[in-house]
Amino acid sequence: MIARCVGVVGDGVTRSTTPQPPLKGVILVGGPSTGTRFRPLSMDLPKPLFPIAGRPMIHHHAAALAALAGMREILLMGFYEERIFDRFLDDLRNEFPQIAFRYLREYRALGTGGGLQHFSSELLRGNPAHLFVMNADIASSFPLREMLVDHQARSALATVLGIETDRSEARQFGCLVVDPETAAVKHFVEKPETFISNVISCGVYLFNPPIFDVMSEAIAARRATLQDELALDAEDVQASQQDERVNLEVDVLSRLTATGQLFAHVCVPQIDFWMQIKTPTSTIPANRQYLQYFREHAPRKLSRTEAELISPVYVHPSATVHPTARIGPNVSIGPRCTIGKGVRVRDAILLDQVDVKNDAAVLSAVVGWEGKIGAWCRVEGAPAESNQANEHATHKGMKIPTATILGKNVTLANEIAVRNCIVMPHKEIKTSCHNEILM
Amino acid sequence: MKALILVGGFGTRLRPLTLTMPKPLVEFANRPMILHQIEALVRAGVTDIVLAVNYRPEIMSDFISKYEKELGVRITFSVETEPLGTAGPLALAKDILGKDDSPFFVLNSDVTCEFPFAAMIAFHKAHGAEGTLLVTKVEEPSKYGVVVQYPQQSTIERFVEKPKEFVSNRINAGLYLFSPAILRRIKPTPTSIEKEIFPKMALERQIHAMDLPGFWMDVGQPKDYLTGTGLFLTALAKSLAAPGPNIVGHVLIHPTATVSPLAKLGPSVVIGAGVTVGPGARLARTVVLDGASIKAHAWLRDTIVGWNASVGRWARLEGVTVLGEDVHVAEEVFLNGAKVLPHKSVGASIPEPTIVM
Repeated sequence: MIARCVGVVGDGVTRSTTPQPPLKGVILVGGPSTGTRFRPLSMDLPKPLFPIAGRPMIHHHAAALAALAGMREILLMGFYEERIFDRFLDDLRNEFPQIAFRYLREYRALGTGGGLQHFSSELLRGNPAHLFVMNADIASSFPLREMLVDHQARSALATVLGIETDRSEARQFGCLVVDPETAAVKHFVEKPETFISNVISCGVYLFNPPIFDVMSEAIAARRATLQDELALDAEDVQASQQDERVNLEVDVLSRLTATGQLFAHVCVPQIDFWMQIKTPTSTIPANRQYLQYFREHAPRKLSRTEAELISPVYVHPSATVHPTARIGPNVSIGPRCTIGKGVRVRDAILLDQVDVKNDAAVLSAVVGWEGKIGAWCRVEGAPAESNQANEHATHKGMKIPTATILGKNVTLANEIAVRNCIVMPHKEIKTSCHNEILM
Repeated sequence: MKALILVGGFGTRLRPLTLTMPKPLVEFANRPMILHQIEALVRAGVTDIVLAVNYRPEIMSDFISKYEKELGVRITFSVETEPLGTAGPLALAKDILGKDDSPFFVLNSDVTCEFPFAAMIAFHKAHGAEGTLLVTKVEEPSKYGVVVQYPQQSTIERFVEKPKEFVSNRINAGLYLFSPAILRRIKPTPTSIEKEIFPKMALERQIHAMDLPGFWMDVGQPKDYLTGTGLFLTALAKSLAAPGPNIVGHVLIHPTATVSPLAKLGPSVVIGAGVTVGPGARLARTVVLDGASIKAHAWLRDTIVGWNASVGRWARLEGVTVLGEDVHVAEEVFLNGAKVLPHKSVGASIPEPTIVM
C-alpha cells in the first residue's frame, strides 16, 4: 500500500524505473450553478476548492494523478470564470514542477461528455496513451495505479472505478454489472429504479484516445433522438444547444457496455475508501476519511501540536492552538485560526481565520471563514455517531451524519448552543438554536 | 410558643432528588430546607415544633434529634395515617397546639422567604382576631387564589380563586399565625384550610392579612427551587462570595468545596460541601449538592446536580436538568431538561426534556 500514498511524490520510491507511456488527467469541476446543494459553503468559494483535510477538495485528485509515473498534464475542466483557479493552479505547479496544469473553461455547460469532446484536440495534444477523467465532488483513496495496471493488462478502451456499496443504497448511484471473471462491465444504469448491482461507479474513468470516436457517435445519436422526441428540426436543436450536452455516464458508458469495451476496477474493501461530497454535511465524513487515510499512508500530512491532540488531526502551521485545548480526532484547522484555552474540537473543519474563544466545544461541525465562536459556546451536529455510523460512512458513501454548518463570518455570542443548524454567511447569532436554517 | 410545619408526603414534585432524601432534608442554599424555617421559628421564641408528615419519619429522626439539642427546641412528628390536607394536621396535633393560650404558627414547608415571625406576632396581637395570614404580591394574580381585603383594612373580606378580572394582586403566602381558638373549627379529617376554613373565618372577620416584605417562593419543584435560590441569595448577598472576574452576581460556596480559580460562577449559584469545580467550568443559576464534581470546561445553567454526581468535561447541561444522587454524565454530552434518576450514567446527549429511569 505504500506505493499508493496519495500525493507523495518526488521521493523516487513511488516512480517506476521503466518508462511509462504518457498520461493526462482531467478533473471535471463543474460551475457556479452545479454547487447549489453545497450552500452555504459554496457561496464564498467554488466548491472544488473547499478545503478538506487541510487541502482544497480537488488537490487530493491532483496529487493522486501527479503521483503516477508518466503523468504529463492535469487539466481542470468546467464553466467557472477564468481566474478562479489561478492561485490553486500556481500552487500545484510549485508542488509538482514536472507536470503542466491548466484550466479549460467551457463557455456553456456541455455536460460531462460534451465538454470532453469539445476539448478533444487539447486533451489529445502530446499523444497521451491514457486519459484519466474524474469528478471533482468525491473523496477517495484514488487507487489509480492499480486501475492503470488493470487497464493495460486488459487492453481496455475504458475502465471505470467501481466500489461495492450497501444493497439498499446502490440505487442512488450509477450501477455497474461486472463480469466476475473478465471484469467487463455488462450493464450500466444511472440511478436505477430497481436493484441492479451493488457495485457503483465512483466517477473516476480511464480512457484510451479512441474514446472520442465513441463520444462523437453518442452526440450524433443524441441529436437524432432529440429531433425525434421533440419533433424539432435540426436548426432548432443546434440553437437550443442541447446536442452537445452529452452525459458521460448515461450516453457514453452504456454505449461501451454493448461492445464489451468497458471494464471495471473495483476498490479493495477495508483499504480503499470513496464517498461523494454533495452537501456541506458530507464534508465532515470526507474530512475524517482523508485524515484517517493519511494516518495510515501519509502521516506527514498530519500535525503535531502542543495541545492535547487525538490523531488524526491537521492543523495549519499558521494556526494558534492553546496548549489546554483538546483537538481531534478527525479535525482540520485552517490558516490563522485561533483556538483558545480549554476548547474542545472533534470531527470538524475550521476554515481560515476562525476564532474559538475559551472553553467552547465544536463537535461535528464546519465553521466558515472568519467565524467567531464565543466562550463556552457549543456548536454541534447530530448526537454522537456510534462506531456503526462511522462504518456506514466509510463503506456506503452517501450515508453521512448531519452537522452544524456555519457560513462565512458568522459570529456566535458567548455561552450559546447551536445544534444541527445551517447558518448563512455574515450572521450574528445571540441565542441558542436547534434544527434550523438561519437565513 | 408553638408551630406546626406542613411537610406532607414524599415530595414527588422534587424528584429525582427526593428519591434519595426526604424533601425537608434536601439542601436549599447549603442548609436542609426545613432548617431555614426551624431556625427562624426558634429566633421568634418558638419552643415546640410539630412536623406533620404522612410517611414514616424514621429516616429523619437522627437529623431532628441533632437539631433539637443544638437549637434547644422540642420537635415532634405528627404522622397522618391518611393525608389530612392542610387543615386536618392541626386537629391531629391539637394537644400540643392547644396546650396554652399562646398563638401558634402554621407553615407550608416548601416556602422560602425572610420569615418575619416577630413582626407577625406583633401584628397578630394588635388586631386580636383568630388568624393572621401572610400575603405576597405577584405580577400575575390570575394564576393564583387571591386575597381581597376591606378597603384600608388588614381584615380579609374574601378569597377569589384564579380571578378573571383584577381584584387583588395579593396571594396567600402559606404562612399563618393562629390563636388556639381556631382549633374548634377543625376536625381530624381531610380538610383544606384555604378552601374550607379561611372563607368562614373571613365571613366572621376573624382573619387578617399582613404584607410579606421581600421575596417569596414556593420551592417545591425544580424550576422554582432554582428561582427561589436566586431570590434567597440576593437577600443573603452580604454573606456570599466576593464578586470578582470569575464570580458574577450572587454565589454561595461551601467552605469545604474546591473551586478552580479558572472556573466562572454566577449568577445564582450554590456550591455544596466537598464539591469540586474544575478549570474553565461555567455555572449559572445552578445548584450543586454535596460531594458532586463538575469537571473542567463543563457548562451548566438552570441545573441541579445531585449528591456525589459528576459532570464530564465539555458537557453542557441546561433547561432545568436535574441529576439525582450519584449520577454520572459523560464528557461532551448535552442534556436539555433531563431528569436523571439516582445511580445512572448518561453517555449520550438528551436534546429534549426526558426522564432517564
